Formats: sequence, structure tokens, C-alpha cells
Amino acid sequence: MNVIETTGLGKRYHQTWALRECSLAIPAGHVAALVGPNGAGKTTLLNLTVGLATPSAGVVTVLGGMTAGSPGALDGIAFVAQDTPVYKNLSVTDMLHLTRNLNRHFDGGYARARLGELGIPLKRKAGKLSGGQQAQLALTLALARRPQLLVLDEPLANLDPLARHDFMATVMATVAENGMSVVLSSHVLAELERVADYLILVSGGRVQVAGEVDDLLAGHRVLTGPASDSRMHEELAVVHERRAEAQAHLLVRTGGPGDAVPPGWEAHPVGLEELVLAYLRQPGAAALPGPARTKNAKPTEVAR
Amino acid sequence: MTAMATSAQPARGARLRPVPWRGMAWVSWRQHRATLAGLVAALGLAGLYLYITGLDLRHEVAAYGEMFTANGSGKMEMTPTAALLQVLPALIGAFVGAPVLARELETGTFRYTWTQGFGRERWAAAKLAQIAIAVTVVAGAFGFLFSWCYEPIIGVRQGLSPLMAITFDLRGVAFAGWALVAFAIGVLAGVLIRRVVPAMFATLAAWSGLAVVTGAYLRSHYEAPLVTSGFRPLSAAWVIGQRWTLHGKPVSTSAVDHVLHKLGAIEAAPGVFGAAPSGSGQPGGGFGQTASAASPSSQNVNPVPYLVHHGYAQLTTYQPASRFWPFQWIEGGWLLALSLLLIAATIWLVRRHAA
Repeated sequence: MNVIETTGLGKRYHQTWALRECSLAIPAGHVAALVGPNGAGKTTLLNLTVGLATPSAGVVTVLGGMTAGSPGALDGIAFVAQDTPVYKNLSVTDMLHLTRNLNRHFDGGYARARLGELGIPLKRKAGKLSGGQQAQLALTLALARRPQLLVLDEPLANLDPLARHDFMATVMATVAENGMSVVLSSHVLAELERVADYLILVSGGRVQVAGEVDDLLAGHRVLTGPASDSRMHEELAVVHERRAEAQAHLLVRTGGPGDAVPPGWEAHPVGLEELVLAYLRQPGAAALPGPARTKNAKPTEVAR
Repeated sequence: MTAMATSAQPARGARLRPVPWRGMAWVSWRQHRATLAGLVAALGLAGLYLYITGLDLRHEVAAYGEMFTANGSGKMEMTPTAALLQVLPALIGAFVGAPVLARELETGTFRYTWTQGFGRERWAAAKLAQIAIAVTVVAGAFGFLFSWCYEPIIGVRQGLSPLMAITFDLRGVAFAGWALVAFAIGVLAGVLIRRVVPAMFATLAAWSGLAVVTGAYLRSHYEAPLVTSGFRPLSAAWVIGQRWTLHGKPVSTSAVDHVLHKLGAIEAAPGVFGAAPSGSGQPGGGFGQTASAASPSSQNVNPVPYLVHHGYAQLTTYQPASRFWPFQWIEGGWLLALSLLLIAATIWLVRRHAA
């Protein structure tokens, strides 16, 4: 089952396309990270997924073929929006009642136990909680619905490092416990490296990279060699090139583990953050499942 | 529950029973109880004043009878009170209606609420229906209290027609209708403007415009007005207009004034004639010179038989007081229809709102 599947999905606000020709499929059972620069269309894609926005073009289905925003989709997906909105004038207990009344499933015992562990007082107004506590409250409300898919839009943006860690620990504990799928957008790359096993990179309203993290890391490597050696460009799918004095660092796509390292060059495995940064610096490059992922095409050609 | 267990239920959501409506009762109550308490407190205070005034009026009627009813000070009190109460529906629209959706959109909490299992259209429908009913019931009770309070004088005392603009919309079902339509305007402004304070001002403006247009133009056409040629004052009727005819043909007011002026009389009130005061009180220009020339003895001439004798007739267009209840139901009816339309439009906008 794909928790999110889009085909030619596009969203236009007035004359501007916030998201265009987005086709992707995120299988169930992953923690999928949606990354990209500000304004890349991450929030738009998530809003379309949870039914807050309707597509201008294309189709988006969730949880194995349900229309986004349909009753079944709303029931199975919990969404924590950017800045984790909660009713500031309601107490934590009221927020629990509110969420229970608005949903078919709500595990109140779990929610109370979790808030107790976190030391969040039930009688306090939600608006009087710290930013980290508000985020934890919003997350707890979402998790207590026992969703099949948890969607988080920039959950870490306004949190300090400790709160970030606690937040992601809560998410990962639930994933380990019941196999919930997660899609989260973020530009905090360092946090994602530890948790995400699926990556979608969106840039300029288009999907640039999509795939399992392990596959992506195995499918790329960094070659270091003499900068004067330009034959590499003809033979390899170079995503990004960085030159430091006489040395050239090339991030290249590999056809498989058997790719021979050219004489005079050294190969290194690539990290997720490095990979993401390379693609972000090279908006023309793409690594997508399907026909776009051809070994010999030049990055610019791939994108067109 | 494991990943396999969750993905093994593809039917989940295919045909779901919706989340029960009753959940929204608690949600609406919890989120809007302060507003509703404010509404009840405001109308309750005004209602208490009306209750005391109503008792006072009845004491005075009991003590002085017809004399008080016809001439007492109640009219002087009623007009400013009624004028003040006119703003109540507008305030209901601005303070109860406008924030309902505008606050959600302004603070971003709609991203939480609209993604819950309840569904945003149902959420909006349930919430708006519940508050609308509460507003209508409270306002309806207030409207009937106002009617009761001034019952001893409205329609009885000279010049206080039950159809009079300043009290008609505070009474009976019309007040409930005006409060409801103000609420509906408020929620629609909220979803369109998406910010609380501008939506409040827009609500005040839109409601005032509608109320002015209704009072000034619409209400007098709910039924075709009646016309009378009598000169007797129509005590409880709502006089819409008057014109003069001479041998059946329309004649201008200034021509009639001219004739009257020769008699030294002016029309003090519709159908009421009196002696023209000398000097500055002259109607129109061009008569000033003849005013002083008018013979003092001519003040004793009764102008009505004189005018009738010379072929003049005054046609008064009016709505009889007996049309009060039909007009109340007409006004209440179209306000209810308009409110439902506005609320339906609001729900439609919530449905297609793009985050």
C-alpha cells in the first residue's frame, strides 16, 4: 500500500504554481522525509495530502487509494501543522476532549499517560505551555488518534535541540510500537539523517529526488581526484561537482556496486546530508524512480 | 497493531460511519460558551430595563388611563431606547458571528480542526447551526419582551405606529430575524476576510446597509400600500407619502401651500393644519413677502372645507396598523431565508477553502 500517491499533481495559487507535475508514491511503513528549500512546495504537498487544499491539476490519493480529505482519509491520517496550532484559550484537558469528540478513535488513556510522562499539566491553558510543550501536546493529540499515517509539517522548526530530540523520540517510539507510517517535512537535515528511511526532495515546485534512503546512498558516491581530469564528466552521471584547488569532488550516481573507480580517483560513500545538499545546489539534477533515472544522462538532461 | 494489521484493513474508510454529531455539541459549547454568556448578559441587562419600564408604563396607564396613553412621557423615553437597541443585531453579528471562522483562519487552528475525523463541512455546519439557533432563540425572547414592554403605547398613542421603523425591527420575529442575519453576515465575512477585526467592521457595515435599505425602501412594499383621500389623521397607520390633487390631477405641494398661505394656515403635520407663525417659520421661498400681508382675521378660516370646496384632495399612501403581523412574518421570513443562504455559502466556502 502506498500511503501517499500522486500523479501529475499540481497546485496553483493565483498565477503561481506552488507545486507542479508531482508524481510520487510513498510506500507504507516508512518514515519519509520531505526536504527542500523554503517555498519549494513542501507545505503545499502536505496540505494537498491531508485535504486542506484541493489540487489544481492531477490526483492525490492516500492510504491505498482514498481521496485526500475524504472521511476515510481524515480518519486514518493525523496531521500536525506548522507551528503546531492549538486553541490557546483551552486547557490541555479541553484539547483532549475536543480531539476525542472530533474523531472516531481516540486513546485518552495513552494521551494522559504521555502528557504525564512529559510533565505537561492537564489543567494549564495550551497557550501558556512552552513551545516545546505545545508541540508535544499537538503530537500527543495526533498519536492518540492511532493514525495509519502521521503527517508533520516542519515539526522541528521552532524547537530547541532538546525538544527536537524528545519530539522525534516520541514519533520513533510509536513507529517502533505499531508500524505507523510517517511523512514529515523539514529543513533540519541533521535530525532527519537519524530517523528517515525514505527521502523526497522537492525544489522549485517539482520533485527532484525520491526513494529509500539506503538505495539513494548506495546509488551515489563521492569521487575525489585531480581537477584536471575532465573525462569523468563524459562517463559518469555527475550530480554535483566541487573543486578545491587541484582536487575535484564529484557526487556521482552509480549503476551498482560493481562500478569501477577510475585510476587516480578515490571513492567515498556519501552521507544523506551531503546528498541532499548536492541536489539542492544542482536544481537541474534529478534522481527519480523510473525512466528519469538513467545512468548516462547528464544531470540537466534528466531534469528536462 | 502492526504495519501488517493496519494495511490489512483497506476497507477502513471505504464506508465509514461518520463521527457522531453529538461530539460537536460539546465542542461548540466549550468554544463559544463565553460568547453566548456575553450575549445573554447583554440582552439580559437590556431586557431587565425593558421589564422594569414595562411595569412602570402599566402603573401609569392604570393611574392616569387614556390621558397618559395619549400624551404621557413614554414616547420620549421609548425613542432613544429603541434607537440604542437598534445596534444590538449589528453587535451580535460582529462579536458572535465574525470571530467564529475568522479566528480559526487567523490563528491557524483550522489546520488542526479541519484535519480531524469529523470533517470540515460537517464541523462548520454543526457549529454554525448551533450558534445560529442559540442567537435566534435569545433574540426572539428579547423581541417579545420589547413588544410586551411598549404594548401600552405603541399603536395607541398618536404618531407611534406599530409599523414605525424604529420599533418594528425590535419586535416579534423581526428582531430574531435581524439578529440571525447579522450572525450569518458575520460568519460569511469571517470566512471571506479571514481576520477577526476587519471581518467585524465589514459585518457592521454590511448589516447597517441592509437595515437602512430595508427600513427606507423594502418594508413599505411588503404589500401594496393603501391610499386614502381623507384629511383625518391616521392614528396608528404608517404614512408613507402624501400628495395633493386638484380635480383629480396631481398638483404640487407648493401650489397647495400657496393657497393655504392666502388663508394664513400651514400644514403643521400630515393632515393637521394650523395658523401660520409669522416670520421665520415660512415654508419655501417667495412667500415671505405675502406672509406679513396675510390678514389676521383669515387665521380663523378652517382650511379643510375650503380646500375640499375648491376641488383639492389630499391622497395619503399608508400601511394600516393591522398589517403588523403579516409584515413581521414577511420580514422574519425573508431574513431567515437570506440567513440560511449566507450560512450555506459560508459552509461552501469552508469546503473549498484552500489552505
